Amino acid sequence: MSDGARSVGPTGLPSARLRMPASGHRRGGRRALDRIGDGSLYGLCVLASLLGVAAIVAIAYQLINGAGLAMSQFGLGFLVHSEWKPNFNVFGAASLLYGTAVTSLGALLLAVPIGISIGLYLSTVAHRRVRGVIGPLVEMLAAIPSVILGFWGIIVLAPFLQAHLEPFLHRTLGFLPIFGAPQTTGTGLFNASLILTIMVVPIIASISRDLFLTIPNDLREGATALGATRWEVVRGVLLPSASSGLVAATFLGLGRALGEAIAVTQVIGAGNAVHASLFGTGDTLASRIADQYQGATTKLQIASLFYLGVLLLVIGLLANLAAQLIVRRFSVRTAIAR
Amino acid sequence: MSDPRDPALPPGGAHDSALPPGGAHDSALSPGGAHDCAHTDSDPADPFGTPGTDALDPARPLTATGNLRRRQLLSRLIEGSQTAAALLAVAVLAAVVYSVASRGAGALNLDFLTKGPPALPDTPGGGIAPEIVGTALLMVVATAMALPIGILTALYLTEFAPPRVGSAIRLALDLLNGLPTIVVGLFVFGLLVVGHYQSGFAGGFALAIIMLPLIARATQEVLLQVPPSLREAADALGVSHWRTVRGIVLPAARGGILTATVLALARAAGETAPLIFTCSIFSNSVSLHVFGQALPNIPVYIFNASEAADPYGFARAWGAGLVLLVFILLSSLAARTLLNRGHSGTAR
Repeated sequence: MSDGARSVGPTGLPSARLRMPASGHRRGGRRALDRIGDGSLYGLCVLASLLGVAAIVAIAYQLINGAGLAMSQFGLGFLVHSEWKPNFNVFGAASLLYGTAVTSLGALLLAVPIGISIGLYLSTVAHRRVRGVIGPLVEMLAAIPSVILGFWGIIVLAPFLQAHLEPFLHRTLGFLPIFGAPQTTGTGLFNASLILTIMVVPIIASISRDLFLTIPNDLREGATALGATRWEVVRGVLLPSASSGLVAATFLGLGRALGEAIAVTQVIGAGNAVHASLFGTGDTLASRIADQYQGATTKLQIASLFYLGVLLLVIGLLANLAAQLIVRRFSVRTAIAR
Repeated sequence: MSDPRDPALPPGGAHDSALPPGGAHDSALSPGGAHDCAHTDSDPADPFGTPGTDALDPARPLTATGNLRRRQLLSRLIEGSQTAAALLAVAVLAAVVYSVASRGAGALNLDFLTKGPPALPDTPGGGIAPEIVGTALLMVVATAMALPIGILTALYLTEFAPPRVGSAIRLALDLLNGLPTIVVGLFVFGLLVVGHYQSGFAGGFALAIIMLPLIARATQEVLLQVPPSLREAADALGVSHWRTVRGIVLPAARGGILTATVLALARAAGETAPLIFTCSIFSNSVSLHVFGQALPNIPVYIFNASEAADPYGFARAWGAGLVLLVFILLSSLAARTLLNRGHSGTAR
């Protein structure tokens, strides 16, 4: 087993060892030990790698298993009913799917242009030294724990939204139904979207910066030499060459926004209605799971939470899978191009 | 975006484009820069602007006019908005850090770090010592599980895996990394908590699942950077594979593995979602028992405080947030510095 693996070295060179002539009796013991060592190293490595793969399978199995009761009781009707009444043993995810979609899409709508702009700023506009400062600072934004960001969202952001931004948006853009009358607390779908934006921007910014930096300088210089302005270089060369990577980054951001539970729970205000207005309260799949953690008593309610988990797992896996497949195809293509 | 095959072609058409043989027409730097617009009404028999007529007219100003000016203005405006976006992100970071620091600093003192909660609820004072100890223990438990498995996985990927198997495992790790963390919490809840109790072990296990892909992928990157010549030298000396790994590869990658672990810890330390199902119902006293009972921890403490309406609880939560944030920002900063030094150190 170990011999087979050994013949393909990590460097790509054939690392076939010279078979040492049996030049002494002590060698035999050492060689036996080496064989055991090589074999067990290989075995341990395989085992560890399988654990990572097994974790995903086990997670899916465990969630589906836990959701069994709710799945048999509600079936796919769970997706289209929005009642969530633990006292009456009635559960449905429709309003949660709506809340998840609205908050995630709202976050992406803000985060994609901002993130790509930051990526462009860091890769084309900023001086090297400025880049060295602002780049890490933007990444620090991703390091802030979601629970702290959510707490900040309640205590600092919510009053500001309630007193200033929401009334302003309602006054100026109130003819759009999404900017309805502000609520009294400042928590709601809008606040959740903003908090999610803060979480997604650094992801998109750092990925897009790396993408733009890997585009060969020749292309940029060529376009510049043809008389294109810097924005025309960006629009004509950088954005098209990085487009698939940018789509992947967007999917990664979507995965993050969909799955964020804690911060959203804190700022979304736990409602169960489907409003047109962004200023109303709501809940997402993840936040509903998170805020019922101590209140879940009946088996059916716990199974329904697991059902939500299954939905979240499926959507999250799809978003991430899309991102990873695009990244893989993209990197293969650039590897060929070089 | 409109036409990727012809990237530099601006909307203005041929006159505006730099493609005609006149070359420098559009450039603001050439003396003929003003041509851009004036050209249309010049002599049609002399479309390229013969030198000596108006192209080199020294009286012409060097500033751009007309369409070119519009394009340059647009370019500058957009660059300005990009700068503004970057500043906005930094400003948000500053706002959050400032809020946490200014509100948390008031709560922070020696008692806060060394004492338990106040005897009565709804009173000021008290500290978060149980939470600090509990979070540290959770980190130890999670690292003890994730680090060896992560390193072995990375070794498999770099030393053994055939390309297809390797890319499948990398995909699995990336997917695991992208999973909603609440799902991981729910999984461990179903696996270890239902029918048993919440425990520090269950919480640590959930955090280990979060850390595993981070450590494995980052370690793999580090292992790939170990110079092949070291391995080849070991091979040439007839050293067996496991001795090479133990004596050459891992020591060479030690700094990088440490960095990866610290970054993973910084991520896991702030995770709340995996803990609220597995390690959230705790008594507020210092506990070293990993099994059988939930460990108090800072993220869940802040989460609980934020859901309650106790102003003294808020004050303590800001303090706890400050402690957590300082730990996380400092450790990721340290890891980053370490990483940068490592990068500039290797001759690549």
